[in-house]
Amino acid sequence: MNGIDAYDIVKKARSSGRYTGIDFIKGIFNHFFELHGDRRFADDSAIIGGLAYLEDKPVTVIAIEKGHNARERMQRLFGAPNPEGYRKALRLMKQAEKFHRPVICFVDTSGAYCGIGAEERGQGLAIAENLCEMMTLDTPVISILIGEGGSGGALALSVADRVYMLENAVYSVISPEGCASILWKDSSKAADAAECLKLTARDALSLGVIEEIISEENMEQPEFFTELRDKLISELDSLSRDPEMLKKRYQRFRAFGRTEQDI
Amino acid sequence: MPILDFLYKPKNELEKGGRAVAPVQEDQGEPEKTCPNCRKSIPLSRIWANANTCSCGYHFRMSARQRIGFITDKGTFTEMFRDVKSGDPLSFDGYRQKLETVRSASNEEEAVICGSCEIGGIKTMLFVMEPNFMMGSMGSAVGERITRTFEYATANGLPVVGYTVSGGARMQEGLISLMQMAKTSGAVKLHSDAGLFYLTVLTDPTTGGVTASFAMEGDIILAEPGATVGFAGARVIEQTTRKTLPKGFQKAEFLLEHGFVDAISPRRYQRSLVSLLLKMHCGGDAL
Repeated sequence: MNGIDAYDIVKKARSSGRYTGIDFIKGIFNHFFELHGDRRFADDSAIIGGLAYLEDKPVTVIAIEKGHNARERMQRLFGAPNPEGYRKALRLMKQAEKFHRPVICFVDTSGAYCGIGAEERGQGLAIAENLCEMMTLDTPVISILIGEGGSGGALALSVADRVYMLENAVYSVISPEGCASILWKDSSKAADAAECLKLTARDALSLGVIEEIISEENMEQPEFFTELRDKLISELDSLSRDPEMLKKRYQRFRAFGRTEQDI
Repeated sequence: MPILDFLYKPKNELEKGGRAVAPVQEDQGEPEKTCPNCRKSIPLSRIWANANTCSCGYHFRMSARQRIGFITDKGTFTEMFRDVKSGDPLSFDGYRQKLETVRSASNEEEAVICGSCEIGGIKTMLFVMEPNFMMGSMGSAVGERITRTFEYATANGLPVVGYTVSGGARMQEGLISLMQMAKTSGAVKLHSDAGLFYLTVLTDPTTGGVTASFAMEGDIILAEPGATVGFAGARVIEQTTRKTLPKGFQKAEFLLEHGFVDAISPRRYQRSLVSLLLKMHCGGDAL
């Protein structure tokens, strides 16, 4: 059955052997310098942000980091950001806007952190503010979904001019397990839910949610990162010369769900 | 008289040959509802007369139409974007049927009602979410109606008042639902950048993708007493963290204490408070 395929991709997207945010930063940029803290509460270890050179151009890089082994994963909260993570990201994006640097985000999360403290510090508000501010951030933004794109927690770094997805990444409004347990009161039907949710890169492309799928065929080769770097350079170049960029970013998201009964 | 008559006792009026007049139906009083807070039974008419509240202060849920009647100046509400309805973008198993069932049960086409109205004599755009329609979940039509409400308000220089109640994004529309969070937020941002006023009233329950988008983006955020407002569901948090949640977790009062809402607004004074706030932002005579 087809449902198995979608859930296989979910498993690949979650596997600990995958490249994480740090690997992409190391592979693509030079002189990465990490900047810490949201200036309000804390420094969130699930989100890494900083400055780097993309070839000869300074850029702001933001990445959700899951970690590779158990110890790293614990320390990184399994890549589930708290509100302070989203606030750090927003601080760095505003800084990028001020200094006319493009922003590149790497997204890999099962979702925003689910906990008492996260609610006490306004998880919903933190995401909402990022959605608002990113929509009008006056500098080019590119987001790449490299593993899991878990709901609002992933969208909070993906209101971008271009959104790419790795071949085996997923992007979904709810986890297949969560969907199955709500709809069928049975989380073991996750594979069926994964199929229904249309969460693969191919689905996202056909729904127009992403611009492009990044092949994982050469993932082990050095060309993988060089090709990605070249793509980023050329896309950022064309975005920075587009006077209509912000209008197009709004229209990009405005277009989803214009139902057939248009006035 | 037959001889055995004195042994025979009729069991009811019919065996006696029936009564000439139908018995008077005993007055059972009007239907009542038990308040989950004070446990008293209250006649429905008294609940309705008090804007769906109990005298102890408990706020029952309200349908969108009831709210519109409650908050707007009489006869000023004009519904808009009514023809925007959700399709089934993912061909999600069972969704179409679910929509049909919910539509006929709730008598509404979608989980939000939008339009223009006056509140305290001030012209404003209004959106009110409907708890009886898939618990106010946000699919493409909800996102589209709210986006159009903001775009219309921006084009016409009007404020927006929004009542939220939602279980979050509607999973049957998958990524298209998720994208509504960005779409509505964009429309709110452009409205805000135009210098216009947006007031949200969070009602029970406001959660998930709606909390993480337009619900929390108001210039002023009010919440109804006791309303549950949060991002992650309380049960999910309890299961993942294996911690006991603090008392009153995610209630409106909890949000006030942590600095995420401006005020708790009981329905008793809500109309006058909303009118006052609109007046302060949109001119009109001082009180």
